[in-house]
Amino acid sequence: MSLNTPDTQVCLWTLQHAEPASLATYTANGGYEALKKILAEKTPAEAIIAEVKTSALRGRGGAGFPTGLKWSFMPRNFAGDKYVVCNTDEGEPGTFKDRDIIRFNPHQLIEGMIIAGYTLGAVAGYNYIHGEIFEEYESWERALEEARVAGLLGKNILGSGWDFDLHAHHGYGAYICGEETALLESIEGKKGQPRFKPPFPASYGLYGKPTTINNTETLASIPWIMRHGGQAFLELGKPNNGGSKIFSISGHVNKPGNYEIPLGTPFADLLEMAGGVRSGHTLKAVIPGGSSAPVLTAEAMMACTMDFDSIARAGSMLGSGAVIVMDDSVCMVKALERLSYFYFEESCGQCTPCREGTGWLYRIVHRIEHGQGRPEDLDELLRIGKNIGGNTICALGEAAVGPVASFVKHFRKEFEYHIEHKKCLVGA
Amino acid sequence: MLSAESLAQIDRELTKYPPEQKQSAVMAALRIAQVELGWLSRDTIEFVAHYLGMPAIAAYEVATFYNMYDLAPVGRNKVTLCTNLPCQLQGADKIAEHLQGKLGIGFNETTADGRYTLKEGECMGACGHGPLCLHNNHKMHDHLTPESVDKLLDEMK
Repeated sequence: MSLNTPDTQVCLWTLQHAEPASLATYTANGGYEALKKILAEKTPAEAIIAEVKTSALRGRGGAGFPTGLKWSFMPRNFAGDKYVVCNTDEGEPGTFKDRDIIRFNPHQLIEGMIIAGYTLGAVAGYNYIHGEIFEEYESWERALEEARVAGLLGKNILGSGWDFDLHAHHGYGAYICGEETALLESIEGKKGQPRFKPPFPASYGLYGKPTTINNTETLASIPWIMRHGGQAFLELGKPNNGGSKIFSISGHVNKPGNYEIPLGTPFADLLEMAGGVRSGHTLKAVIPGGSSAPVLTAEAMMACTMDFDSIARAGSMLGSGAVIVMDDSVCMVKALERLSYFYFEESCGQCTPCREGTGWLYRIVHRIEHGQGRPEDLDELLRIGKNIGGNTICALGEAAVGPVASFVKHFRKEFEYHIEHKKCLVGA
Repeated sequence: MLSAESLAQIDRELTKYPPEQKQSAVMAALRIAQVELGWLSRDTIEFVAHYLGMPAIAAYEVATFYNMYDLAPVGRNKVTLCTNLPCQLQGADKIAEHLQGKLGIGFNETTADGRYTLKEGECMGACGHGPLCLHNNHKMHDHLTPESVDKLLDEMK
């Protein structure tokens, strides 16, 4: 597989090669060709943005926002510095795809960031890498050095007269920095607390300069799109859901891992690729898009195809493409207790409804799990959720409410049994 | 307070950012200081702040916000186990029990000989390989089993 011929593997095709991460493997298979062509032909930024719009590439970090549209928000004629930022702060429970892009195809991300920098008129780019993956931070820095030595970064890139450089910024343990304005604060050397919006980063971003922030997989898809055209990318997936997407499957499947498949693939096919549910068990529930996405029952999930629109229709979201599979051995109260603790632990503390509300949610689910639940607790959970949603600066509060509301909605009987019998329905 | 080597590393980090944005290097500088000294004392944080020309309180805010910084001494080997849902489904609870039983300590505790500290971590972004842990923040060990944990602990001197 290579970048020379269109293939459904947009980002992880290098895994078919002996040395997937090397510059030699990447360049021998069409890598950096798109960048060379753009620089040689001085392709206008508008033409690149139009191509990305045609591709229907939607943000791979969770929000699914159309990338071409986001790029068009950057002021073209701003006189000062502008920045492009990559979000590899991958800490949404269940998500582990961006780490593999850095491990196995770092140069496609680098090429994507350079093309983004060229298109958006940026002076430099930063890749914010999740604190817990230090080895990948170091390996990406080595890949950057390889690119610098090859004349792909720095002054006068490939003799074009254009200067642009990339740097890695290492996080150190804060889920909230995956929120794009918290991430910017963090690069500025501050606590990662989200900013009020507006102004949006396209007008007031890193160091107060216009900035575009995209997810790792999003930026790594750009070289493919520029090599084969937006239309080819769109046709990999389905209308409004262009391309392939990496799905990270974890939990109760026989082969947890990353599977890069066309958007629109039936969930049943993906489950089969991952080796199916553990033998002796049946599928109970699936969180289809990372821990913040509402949980779906097995029945609802089996009717879905893996794309933004189908999962949204089923009442959840595709999010980051992190699929957490739970079989019939799972106590949904215990599962929710762990997720609720996560949001409580990771709330940055800036907004009262989130700071206090996530604690209340956790403590109530905790007491239900430990046989001290009260009959009014389920309605209380939902009421607290309503007071968090929409009342905070960023989406973490709503992310904490999503699991609570959906677990109670779809598995209310289990919660009621816990409250009434002070023990678990699963295995009872 | 910090070795020439650590200061050189911090200076290298500073080259990544505009000259007037030295504060951007504070996260890396605190990490580098922690690797050399084992943990971040108030004096260390103040030294880093002074080196970067920023208020000490701003560096202290950063050190207290991000959870991989240690603001109190830890054992020579800090083992941080992810117990979040995907890892839990893949057996992290059993590994947690095994680690605590084997070391005779709970989470956020250090063995009497100062060899091990146990911490509970949040998602490390490698869920498909769980259960997993970090050794001294920077080295990940995945697909943990009670047997592989025993071997790992033996290797940590």
